[in-house]
Amino acid sequence: MPRVHAGKLLAHAACATPMLLIVHAIWRQSLGPDPVAQLEHELGRWALRLLLAALAVTPLRRLSGIHALLQYRRMLGLWAFAYASAHLAVYLGLDLGGYWAQVFGEIAKRPYITVGFLAWLLLVPLAATSTRAAMRRLGRRWGQLHRMVYAIGVLAVLHFVWVVKSGKNLARLEPLVYGALLALLLLARVPWRRIAAAAGERIARLSGSRGTAVRDPMQ
Amino acid sequence: MRKPPNPSLSENLVTPEPAWLRRREFLGAAAAALATAAGAGCAQATPDAAADAGGPTGRVLAGVRKGAHGSDEPLTSWRDITTYNNYYEFGTGKDDPARAAIGFQAEPWTVTVAGHAELTGRYALEDLLKPHALEERIYRMRCVEAWSMVIPWVGIPLRDLIARLKPTSRAKYVAFTTLHAPERMPGQRYPALDWPYREGLRIDEATHPLALLAVGLYGRALPNQNGAPLRLVVPWKYGYKGIKGIVRIEFTERQPDTSWNQAAPDEYGFYSNVNPDVSHPRWSQATERRISGGFSLAPSRVPTLPFNGYADQVASLYAGMDLRTNH
Repeated sequence: MPRVHAGKLLAHAACATPMLLIVHAIWRQSLGPDPVAQLEHELGRWALRLLLAALAVTPLRRLSGIHALLQYRRMLGLWAFAYASAHLAVYLGLDLGGYWAQVFGEIAKRPYITVGFLAWLLLVPLAATSTRAAMRRLGRRWGQLHRMVYAIGVLAVLHFVWVVKSGKNLARLEPLVYGALLALLLLARVPWRRIAAAAGERIARLSGSRGTAVRDPMQ
Repeated sequence: MRKPPNPSLSENLVTPEPAWLRRREFLGAAAAALATAAGAGCAQATPDAAADAGGPTGRVLAGVRKGAHGSDEPLTSWRDITTYNNYYEFGTGKDDPARAAIGFQAEPWTVTVAGHAELTGRYALEDLLKPHALEERIYRMRCVEAWSMVIPWVGIPLRDLIARLKPTSRAKYVAFTTLHAPERMPGQRYPALDWPYREGLRIDEATHPLALLAVGLYGRALPNQNGAPLRLVVPWKYGYKGIKGIVRIEFTERQPDTSWNQAAPDEYGFYSNVNPDVSHPRWSQATERRISGGFSLAPSRVPTLPFNGYADQVASLYAGMDLRTNH
């Protein structure tokens, strides 16, 4: 019998909390004069935050050496997918309402909707292959497939940047902060050591073949 | 231990039950009497039952006549109109102005009239408004962010004021400027826009019967967050053309600079007429979310109409113009 994992239970509770607060705000009718927009924005924000949290797991594991962190990655990713799906459902069902013709026009013509929709669409196969069985079945290709999460992060940030009104207001800063965090996480995943090692090898090989050139002080 | 019954309370001191049951009627009547007294004194905001329910508060404007421009669409609630504002002078969040403008003193207020007109100079707001009768106009307000409200404004037709100021033949445009006072408008301490906020209309737009200078809404003095004490309402244009806290009206020969147009020229044109066929570069303008008061998660999207539904009255102003290039 699987024992109850206190850490995981706590993490699930933490991930569910924003959703519960949002449901509570609906119940209390405290979402303001434009509740649908507010609902959309909150769900979208949490989808992006959880996506970034999932992306932070591997770098944090390497930095801290705590390998147990890895077991939270799938959970964070799936919660991000849940919030993103709710975000999309609210947009389609509550915001656009019956204006379905506009949906297709919007997805095709509006870059912010196109990239947002694409980000969600690309999350679907990742969520679908998040089981252990799928991992085993896909083998090496599982890792390749799931590296797509970085592209999804870029699309999600772009979606946020584009949806915010222009002008020099503080609201514009928020998507840029997420963008900076994403850039940091991307940089952390670049295999710097391997690149450095490869470069070193290459230099050594080059200097080996043209040894005289290096040794010649006149060059 | 049991307490003995209070000997000082005798049977005849107890309120008879029928009267007790009617106590709410009595309290209601008393409250109504108080409210009437306050209304007759016609002075300060009374924290009354309406305020508790989020209803209209503030000074009641006297002698407001119903204008010809009504609407049978449900009005947006006072609460929504006064808590969901784009007024960057008091913060860039929609709920910022309602909080940050609480202490703002909109009286006394002076308006400078300048440029190509005979009666230029500095006017106390009362003097500027005195000869005009206040009227109520129910207009749709369409924000460029694709939401809309239905608002019962109180104000004077802009054309009547302009006629009194006697613009000369060189007056081709009217430029408006908002108060610039960072110590009173905290949002101006940050360069969210190039302060002060400026807007403008072509003179024939400004003298169109629909253009309104508003001083109130729901029969009450204009709340600070809605642009007290004086703002522009141009119902066939996007909301940002409705400049708030006006301190300067200038008649110009050349098209004036306007704030959002300067901030993002490809996104916000000078004319800014509501047009479902001209999309914002990033958003569709084909439909809008109607904020109609009351909490509802039910879809409230309605089609956006050309000139915000006022085409029959204003479209002729733009005859022969390409409304795509002149967006």
